[in-house]
Amino acid sequence: MAARGPQTAQQRDRTDQRAELALGALASAVLLLIAFMIAFVFAKAWPSFAHNGLAWFGPGGNLDEQLTAIFNSPSDPSDYVYTLHAWPLIYATALITGISVLLGTMISLLSAMFIVEFAPGWIRSILQPVVRLLAAVPSVIYGLIGILVIVPFFGNNVISGAQKESVQFVIQLDGSSILVGVLVLTVMITPIMVAISVDALRSVPPTWTEGAAALGVNRWRALRTVGLRAARPAIVAAAILSTARALGEAIMLSMVTGSVAFSPNPLDGVTFFFEPARTLAAQIVDGAEGLSVKPFGQTMYAFAALLLLSSAFLSFSGWFARRSMRKYTLSPR
Amino acid sequence: MSAHAQTRNPAGLIGRIRHAGGDSWSLGDKIGLASAWAAGILLCLIAASIVLYMLYRGFQYLSLEMIFSHPEAGLDQSKSGGFLDPLEGTLALTVIGTAIAAPVGVGIAVWLTEYGRPSWLARAVESGVEIVAGTPSIVLAIFGLLVFQQGFFSFLSYEATPGVAFGRSFVAAGVIMSLIALPLIVGASREALHSIPRHVREASYALGKDRISTIRRVLLPASRRGIGTGVALGMGRIVGDTAIVVVLLGATLQTDPQGNIPGLSFLQGTGSTLTTYVYNNSPVGEGGSPEKAYAAAFVLLLIVIALNFVVDMITRGRGPSWTR
Repeated sequence: MAARGPQTAQQRDRTDQRAELALGALASAVLLLIAFMIAFVFAKAWPSFAHNGLAWFGPGGNLDEQLTAIFNSPSDPSDYVYTLHAWPLIYATALITGISVLLGTMISLLSAMFIVEFAPGWIRSILQPVVRLLAAVPSVIYGLIGILVIVPFFGNNVISGAQKESVQFVIQLDGSSILVGVLVLTVMITPIMVAISVDALRSVPPTWTEGAAALGVNRWRALRTVGLRAARPAIVAAAILSTARALGEAIMLSMVTGSVAFSPNPLDGVTFFFEPARTLAAQIVDGAEGLSVKPFGQTMYAFAALLLLSSAFLSFSGWFARRSMRKYTLSPR
Repeated sequence: MSAHAQTRNPAGLIGRIRHAGGDSWSLGDKIGLASAWAAGILLCLIAASIVLYMLYRGFQYLSLEMIFSHPEAGLDQSKSGGFLDPLEGTLALTVIGTAIAAPVGVGIAVWLTEYGRPSWLARAVESGVEIVAGTPSIVLAIFGLLVFQQGFFSFLSYEATPGVAFGRSFVAAGVIMSLIALPLIVGASREALHSIPRHVREASYALGKDRISTIRRVLLPASRRGIGTGVALGMGRIVGDTAIVVVLLGATLQTDPQGNIPGLSFLQGTGSTLTTYVYNNSPVGEGGSPEKAYAAAFVLLLIVIALNFVVDMITRGRGPSWTR
């Protein structure tokens, strides 16, 4: 500015206004992008939803066979096959996401409390880079370790022959299973939750927990009853964030869960956890090759639309949860 | 904030008051404490085993020749070459993605913190950025494919059939990659801008500066550490993403330029990155060569650890007096 010589106040106002407009337009482009994304994806996905109605979400038939039929549909647009019952994918997504978020929340709360209160200094100084590293490892590396180390380990050592035989007419158990998927996914989503929970626990006013301690409560109780409660909004936000992460994890799950569109049956007892499955996101990766086949592509976009809707819903509920829980903390952010 | 709290209470929040009487530990409390220890140590063990295992496999399989030779199609693993092209692809995509995401992200952060009028729009943009952050990268990827396949975007890839673009190219993948880095850059820059006290701005206004020059001359230089952290985190996200590359870069074996204008042809062409190289060489892909997957994954992990180190360096550096 200065190089251009002195400016009148009016000129200066105008550059400022122009800058505000330009930056505002840039920021609003994000909203435009989201609107476009929702419109485009849903428009593309519509035929699949329209053809199946509510049955799209329901169970029925073998999903892999349905997908093959869609992929091989005749080239005449009026003969396109769309029949699809996506229940196995939805079920697997909910199952794997749900269990790993539950597990991850427990582990991350415990380790956040450990880092904040109980860890000796040297362990704490190791744990911080450890958490950052675990959060940064790309999902394909988790997938690679999963499929080359953990899956064979489960297949050879954990799953017994009797368990394999008990379901051999339905599905093959080779170690690729929802259990491996859940374990690896938990490791992937825990670091974010640990980082957020540690920050939240540290920002609890020390006088609160010290007050509890002064009343004769031990350190564990004080932290659990006062610290955790005050940090609740952040913890809820962390859980929602990691749910979104887990929901969208595609590559790792498509590698380790066997990628069979099968609904694991809880009636099988322990074997249930060793059964393969496929999530919505993993299905899109697996189907990426066939996106140019029109009805198949539209079906994939229908899966994407469902994912998009659920992640948008999660974002909103995160915002809402933080808002409605603000009254539990003294210092609103 | 957190660092401050830590220096005040080096032994934890309550650790200072470890008084003698009344410290009764019930069985439940003891179990809770034990499981907190177990969880913390478990995290360390998992990280250590991942790093050590990848180190072991990396030194076992990686050779310089692999880094500097092009991948070839070949059934015999000794003839299928290395991963020079995927390495280039990773670097190119990171550069393109960051080049788009950094200015846009900083711009959005500046608007949100310094202008933010009307406030309903600011709030909408805020949650919009959150929605972008929460959208799975595979969904962003196939949305990108839908966009870049429109006929008028064919200059970004090439025309597959009349009116329909191929939609897969370095530019297309880079643009969508910038979306996954964007929320991190916006978040970090906003936090940095927020931490600059009000009086710094007022001092600048008092000297007769308007808002935009205050931003350019005072606020952005003061928040460069936060911005740098965000950019490095975003780069880490781009380096590690697989889904977008599978869908939008074609994940071809070699970098495959389109057209014959040097430079531009590369951007229009397809290719692969280290992540898709690992994916395709793992048992689920066509390559089926775990040794090469391990070697490439090792290089990928080194890049990610290096980026982590950069973040650490930036955050540990001492900022100007008002950011301390």
